[in-house]
Amino acid sequence: MSTLVKNILRFALFIMVQVFVLDKIHLHQMVTPYIYFLFILWLPFRMGRTWQMIIAFALGFAMDSFRHHPGFHTAACVLIAYIRPFLINLLIPQEGADTNYEEPSFKSMGGMLPYLIFTGVLTFIHHGWLFLLEAWQFGNIWYFLIKTLLSTAVSLLLIIITELLFVRKQKFRTNTI
Amino acid sequence: MRNIFLFIRRYFNFLFFLLLQGFSIYLVVHYSRYHNAVFSNTANQLTGKVNEQYSKVEYYFRLKKTNDSLVKANEKLYNKLKADFELPDTTSKTVLDTIRVDSIEQHRKYNFFSAKVVYNSVAAQNNFIVLGRGSAQQLKEGMGVVDPNNGVVGIITEVSKDYAVVMSLLHKDSRISGKLLKGGETGTLSWDGKTPNIISLTGIPKSAKVIIGDTIISSGFSTSFPKGMMIGIVNEVTPEKSTSNFLIKFKSAANFYNLEYAFAIDNKQTEDINNLLDKVKKKTQ
Repeated sequence: MSTLVKNILRFALFIMVQVFVLDKIHLHQMVTPYIYFLFILWLPFRMGRTWQMIIAFALGFAMDSFRHHPGFHTAACVLIAYIRPFLINLLIPQEGADTNYEEPSFKSMGGMLPYLIFTGVLTFIHHGWLFLLEAWQFGNIWYFLIKTLLSTAVSLLLIIITELLFVRKQKFRTNTI
Repeated sequence: MRNIFLFIRRYFNFLFFLLLQGFSIYLVVHYSRYHNAVFSNTANQLTGKVNEQYSKVEYYFRLKKTNDSLVKANEKLYNKLKADFELPDTTSKTVLDTIRVDSIEQHRKYNFFSAKVVYNSVAAQNNFIVLGRGSAQQLKEGMGVVDPNNGVVGIITEVSKDYAVVMSLLHKDSRISGKLLKGGETGTLSWDGKTPNIISLTGIPKSAKVIIGDTIISSGFSTSFPKGMMIGIVNEVTPEKSTSNFLIKFKSAANFYNLEYAFAIDNKQTEDINNLLDKVKKKTQ
């Protein structure tokens, strides 16, 4: 399957899962799990940064359309799309790993730990910015902090489960020859 | 000039990021103005369709609960039948009007429109409900919405052709006035964004007698709801330290977790009242 088709399908699937499965689960008022932004984390390495942001904008906007209040998810998604390339540069182990594989995963990031740091940091930033914008109008700092931490933990757990359940086969592409 | 171009080229990504981020935050802040223009027409119509498909599936699993609530509503209506009342005394007999014109239609103030709930959320801090009925089916902005047992749910904020978006009581901007059934004191409902089904009522003076279990009803001061629609039952009463008011927490009568059907209430006098208010506003300006 071509990268384009694969990503279009993923886009639709992630939005559907978020809106119709995760949003229907009411764990606790402090815990709102999100997973749709994993789409942004899974974008190919070689995609231009401007395009990443445009796609993140579209994803956030689609999410907001279901919530009937534009802006919140859009802002959070654009933010993580902007930060993503910096993190990849920091965490990628050896020179050229990002050209050998297509997209971030346990394997292409060189092990469990770098990938977990990658997802953990971006999840935290996404949730933090999203809840900060939401909490702006309520103005309760403790509520905001605890909600961010707990939700990040649950979302991260969901992401790990997703990674283990849906193993993405990735070809090792070498450009040395 | 050349330097400016170089600067833009060098920091293009960052500038683009700032632009997108700024636009998003603009949307968050200037929500309502933008919302009315673009969102209600295209996005609502689109997401409404998707939601409708999903709710068809979910509806099946909730048939039992829906049935129960309809039976309850029926029971209430049966109890209002004329046949249920006996009139032993001729002085207390209701006298029927003998005017030839249809007097009921002339004096009708409220009209109820049933609608299927197509989308519903409780987990966010600003919650909305989408009804599968829109402006083509007589719904208008500003109509009140109640559940089958007359528990207040919210107010319609936008309508598209086939769908209507309801700002539920579980929304930070929702300001509906509520009244204590016993004492008659009126206050404002607001939600703190924490527990669904638990809402606060502010503006009730400490002189009022409130106890846990008291009923809160709609005041009838706004054009959205008739007087006496059930809003909730008092759960907790705490005196506010800085003001002379109580802070009352109550459990909402409508259960926001499993709404299936709702009724939108059309007030025939809304236009009249609003015209009058506009006139007064113009005079005072």
